[in-house]
Amino acid sequence: MYSQYKLQDDSGLLRETASQTAGPFVHIGLALEIAGFESRSDEIWQDLAKEGAKGEHIELVGHVYDGNGEAVHDALIEIWQADSSGNYVANFDNKQPFSGFGRSACALDGDFHFHTVKPGQVDFYGKPMAPHVNLAIFARGINLHLQTRAYFDDEPEANTECPILNSVPSAERRKTLIAKKEQSDGKPRYRFDIYLQGDNETVFFDF
Amino acid sequence: MSHKYPSFLPRDRSWQPEQYTPGYKTSVARSPSQALVSIQRASDSERSGPIFDGLEIGQYDNDLLMNFRTEGEQAGLPIGERIIMHGQVIDQFGKPVPNTLVEMWQANAGGKYRHKKDGYLAPLDPNFGGVGRCITDAEGRYRFRTVRPGPYPWPNGVNTWRPAHIHVSVMGPSISTRLITQLYFEGDPLIPLCPIVQVLKDPEAVETMIARLDMTMSKPMDCLAYRFDIVVRGALQTYFEE
Repeated sequence: MYSQYKLQDDSGLLRETASQTAGPFVHIGLALEIAGFESRSDEIWQDLAKEGAKGEHIELVGHVYDGNGEAVHDALIEIWQADSSGNYVANFDNKQPFSGFGRSACALDGDFHFHTVKPGQVDFYGKPMAPHVNLAIFARGINLHLQTRAYFDDEPEANTECPILNSVPSAERRKTLIAKKEQSDGKPRYRFDIYLQGDNETVFFDF
Repeated sequence: MSHKYPSFLPRDRSWQPEQYTPGYKTSVARSPSQALVSIQRASDSERSGPIFDGLEIGQYDNDLLMNFRTEGEQAGLPIGERIIMHGQVIDQFGKPVPNTLVEMWQANAGGKYRHKKDGYLAPLDPNFGGVGRCITDAEGRYRFRTVRPGPYPWPNGVNTWRPAHIHVSVMGPSISTRLITQLYFEGDPLIPLCPIVQVLKDPEAVETMIARLDMTMSKPMDCLAYRFDIVVRGALQTYFEE
């Protein structure tokens, strides 16, 4: 009744639908502003925190680079994070001061760009995880989206204790997950450049 | 330790495409060379995800025959094969996924995208945008009305064409279930020739992306229908551990 092509694995569970690249024109579907479309009545975009959102308001920006060091200008980035108290606000609503989910794209100046609040610590089986933002990267040439985390370089103690950061085997590679605070006028800004491949390759997670 | 959110069956990465798939050239420089780091015990950070109750969905957001109509002399319906695209979002246990966001985008009937970077010589359709979204109902069902997209050429090999396809994005209950795929049409002979389809090693995995002609949902003298069910990772009902 569900499906005429219900495929099952050896244990009888249905197979997850296969992933495909989001392709070069992902913006017309998921980032209308970048594609030059008129926005609909309500869009999912890069301002997670509005005026009145509790916590420290920050900008999270970055470039995505491919294995040749070229900027990837057609990536779509999604983020998911806790609020400033470390709680996940599941209900996405642009009328509320804060939603935990947002999207941005690298199309304009090459940077993705989020306006959000610095997340609080979230529990990991009785231990705190350092403040972090989950990122998913979609683009032409990426067959299954890449999942990573951005941590903050002004949280050195929490980062040292974070069980997930410490699960990355090499200390050198852990550094690829730390966003760097930049001077900017007004809000604190953190830069999180993503290297898909090669030197400084960003750590990507499976979960 | 209690969790507010369920955990999910692990993603079978031997079923899903590898990242480095040189037949699809863009993947060569965009695929990580290092192994993924596995988060063996997912926390609320991975188990939770957005719910789009608060997103205002417009009247025609799921109707691509209506949501990009021009005014004036060219006003009318888009040109092409009128179809209903519908299906159900379920998890690996067959459980419906209600109230989740399904988004789609596509080229027009001639294979041209309304995107400034699409340089293909086929014309735009003044009454077709190519974007839709909707929220699944209580049984996990979704529905769009659109025109069937055309195939188009792309610079990969010397004569490479994409099969007709619709990009489909689904969130599911968590960022763990997040998935973007492409819907292909039953019987399209371009499917087995496509390097992007061929990133999947298992022919059965390709089958999960092929929408079936569904005469039961077609409208006589109006439009045909295709059914495309989407399976996301199964939610384990172990909210409490240890």
